[in-house]
Amino acid sequence: MSIPAFAHLLERLVFTPGRNAKLALLRNWFAEQPDPNRGIGLAALTEELKLATAKPALLRDLVAARTDPELLRLSYDYVGDFAETAALIWPDPHGRNMPPPDLAEVVEAMELTPKADLPALIADWMDRLDANGRFALAKLVTGGLRVGASARLARTALAEWSGKEVTEIEEVWHGVAPPYIPLFRWLEGKGPRPDPGAVPIFRPLMLAHPLEDADVAALEPAAWRAEWKWDGIRVQLCAAPGGARIFSRGGEDVTAAFPEIAAALTFEAVLDGELLVIRGGAVAPFGDLQQRLNRKVVTPKMLRDYPAGVRLYDLLTEGAEDLRPLPFDQRRARLEAFVLREQPAHMDLSPQIAFASVAQLSAIRDGARAASIEGLMLKRADSPYVAGRQKGLWWKWKRDPLTIDAVLMYAQRGHGKRSSFYSDYTFGLWRPDGNGGEELVPVGKAYSGFTDEELVFLDRWVRNHTTARFGPVREVEKGLVLEVAFDAAQRSTRHRSGVALRFPRIARIRRDKPPAEADRLENLMLLVPDRSAAD
Amino acid sequence: MPHPATWLRVTEAGLYCDPGDFHIDPTRAVPRAVITHGHSDHARPDHGAVLATAETLAIMRARMGDDRAGAAQQAMAPGEGVMRNGVGIRLVPAGHVLGSAQVVLDWQGSRAVISGDYKRRPDPTCAPFEPVACDVFVTEATFALPVFRHPPVEQEVAKLLESLRLFPDRAHVIGVYSLGKCQRLIALLRRAGWERPIYLHGALMALCALYEELGVALGPLLPVPLSKRGAPPTLAGEVVLAPPSAETTPWARRLAEPVVCAASGWMRVRQRAKARGIELPLIISDHADWDELLATCAEVEAPEVWVTHGREDALIHALSLRDVRGRALHLVGLGEEDEGEAAPVETAPA
Repeated sequence: MSIPAFAHLLERLVFTPGRNAKLALLRNWFAEQPDPNRGIGLAALTEELKLATAKPALLRDLVAARTDPELLRLSYDYVGDFAETAALIWPDPHGRNMPPPDLAEVVEAMELTPKADLPALIADWMDRLDANGRFALAKLVTGGLRVGASARLARTALAEWSGKEVTEIEEVWHGVAPPYIPLFRWLEGKGPRPDPGAVPIFRPLMLAHPLEDADVAALEPAAWRAEWKWDGIRVQLCAAPGGARIFSRGGEDVTAAFPEIAAALTFEAVLDGELLVIRGGAVAPFGDLQQRLNRKVVTPKMLRDYPAGVRLYDLLTEGAEDLRPLPFDQRRARLEAFVLREQPAHMDLSPQIAFASVAQLSAIRDGARAASIEGLMLKRADSPYVAGRQKGLWWKWKRDPLTIDAVLMYAQRGHGKRSSFYSDYTFGLWRPDGNGGEELVPVGKAYSGFTDEELVFLDRWVRNHTTARFGPVREVEKGLVLEVAFDAAQRSTRHRSGVALRFPRIARIRRDKPPAEADRLENLMLLVPDRSAAD
Repeated sequence: MPHPATWLRVTEAGLYCDPGDFHIDPTRAVPRAVITHGHSDHARPDHGAVLATAETLAIMRARMGDDRAGAAQQAMAPGEGVMRNGVGIRLVPAGHVLGSAQVVLDWQGSRAVISGDYKRRPDPTCAPFEPVACDVFVTEATFALPVFRHPPVEQEVAKLLESLRLFPDRAHVIGVYSLGKCQRLIALLRRAGWERPIYLHGALMALCALYEELGVALGPLLPVPLSKRGAPPTLAGEVVLAPPSAETTPWARRLAEPVVCAASGWMRVRQRAKARGIELPLIISDHADWDELLATCAEVEAPEVWVTHGREDALIHALSLRDVRGRALHLVGLGEEDEGEAAPVETAPA
């Protein structure tokens, strides 16, 4: 029954917006499915399943041979997705009662079947499934499965289901492969912890707590080390005898997107650092780095226009030695020696900032206005490298956010708990409309920062001031000013306003302020740093 | 023998029988109307004389008030017949909702059957569709695309029950149409062994009470309790029925982290469910699916099929492949209640 069961899981995951509900569905899958299907299903959801796939044209031919062309055209026109159309229009074979195929059977047969025999094989499977099963199969065999369940979410579900810490699972994750049978045996207490051997594996990152005002006074300058908090992507560079990988902060493998960094991992060590676009020593705004993310193929032009580099924070292992129990100062000394000796390409040290007093440090933080810097990192000199967010070891001290007063333009209904609330807000700023008047241009969207009471107020305001509806979106009267906080403003060609905000959130509702007195686009443009002055 | 096209025609008010001088499901007030069933796009107020089943008349009175459900109301049981100006009129069950009937018209040896809306699956809340051989079959075509083949309802109800087991801390709020789908879903849940009270949005109470009065047992039903602002959410693990899209109104905030479900044939297409933000789509329809439309057209053996509303292009094409002449009537105003494409997307809070 595994394809129908998998199809059911797939359907529920696709329609379920809430994280907790997704976790519950995944836990249920791990608990109820036998090996190897549960592991194959897991790999399919997290897109780690390497499945030999058929061309979409094969599916088109199979369907065309079974349907009237005009009816197929009308159906495809209506449904819009071919795999779904195929699943729904596929005629139910009468008088056949074969059991549906199994996930493992499909994966194996796709691998072993000669190309010429694939059409008959896939048609036979389609005949043995219902519409949901046919949809899952069609997506699987044509490689079009997109579920939106991240590997991180799956590992969290594995942790909740098994009672193990998620960090423990992360440490072995990259050493196991679908269908993960040793992993499941270990999680069920039936086998030993899988040994990753010489394969590069992810070590869960050490994270920092935000520094509150109350904590500042307690800081003893001599016991702390300061660095800039760079605005890039936290990565772990993992170079082992069995290969090299670049992991994101959540343990996703992002090696393929950064071939120049991967090629530089010629040593044996695990490093913690910030991935940035660096041009001639200057760090580019985050928007430049976004050009490099989520790419499976990187063109030479991308490598040239958006050169990536890693600013190193820490050294976790060197050779076979695990440095994580050592105090930060000792690891830092080892890191500096390592960089001096190896001179790794596309990498440099994150410099330390000398300070004698908290007041001095605070002034340094306030003076940092470059877009590439989010604030300061404070690390206790004697802190070991521990997974997760342990209080009192590392602090992040972000600089104060920037703010603008913007006008609410559109609101969209939320999902899950917020499905009865208009909770996503698009806001805009004034600019000349070219005819001597003023117009609002949207500059961003925010769905956080407000209290529950403010959400109730905003929702009611939206409902009472709607001027037009577009599905789940309402356009509202230009009558409410929102104070929007954000970390940085960057130039963007993808936005009509020409500017994009980092982490916008609703700081306050300015009921007191007339919309005509809200900020103008040019006020925001003043906050966009010039690219050449980025560092 | 006169072809039905010579005595049955489309007027601005809808389908009209010339020799009998009456309309079938007229979209505006007329002197004489035969009504197939109580959905508001078929049963409009303020006609002169209305002929329908007793159940349909009761539904019309409940929805539009005694004074607007027809100045003269004539109830006719399925199978019975009357003559008007030489036209024989008979009502035959259509299996769509309680009281729904096809209209069988005989005139000088030729016969037309007007199906109204119909389905072929068993429905515990109404009598099953009976095919009647005819010269012209006038059919609906709401789901007339080969992608619409409704799965067994038991499978969809099992999906709902499984979700209730998996998410016991959440209310399951299901969008249903107040006439037909609501009561059928309740009856299906009872058959599947769900014995707990089922909670109803205020807009669904009256017709459920009427169904019970007309002899359809629905088991324990309770109104969704009122809640004060700030009170903790309620009805975790319970089944709550509400008009479609009630989950988008402030009414839904009293419910514990609702799983938003919808019971409709449109849920077959993922994008339709996605666009409405449905978390658990239940493909349960009171209309014939593609296979049933074609099978029904074959069973009534009509050489000619007229299509009132829906996706007539696909159906007429498929009938032409079977040597049946198809004709699109393009009746406006139909398909606006229950599963019609123009069904309202947002309802007022109740």
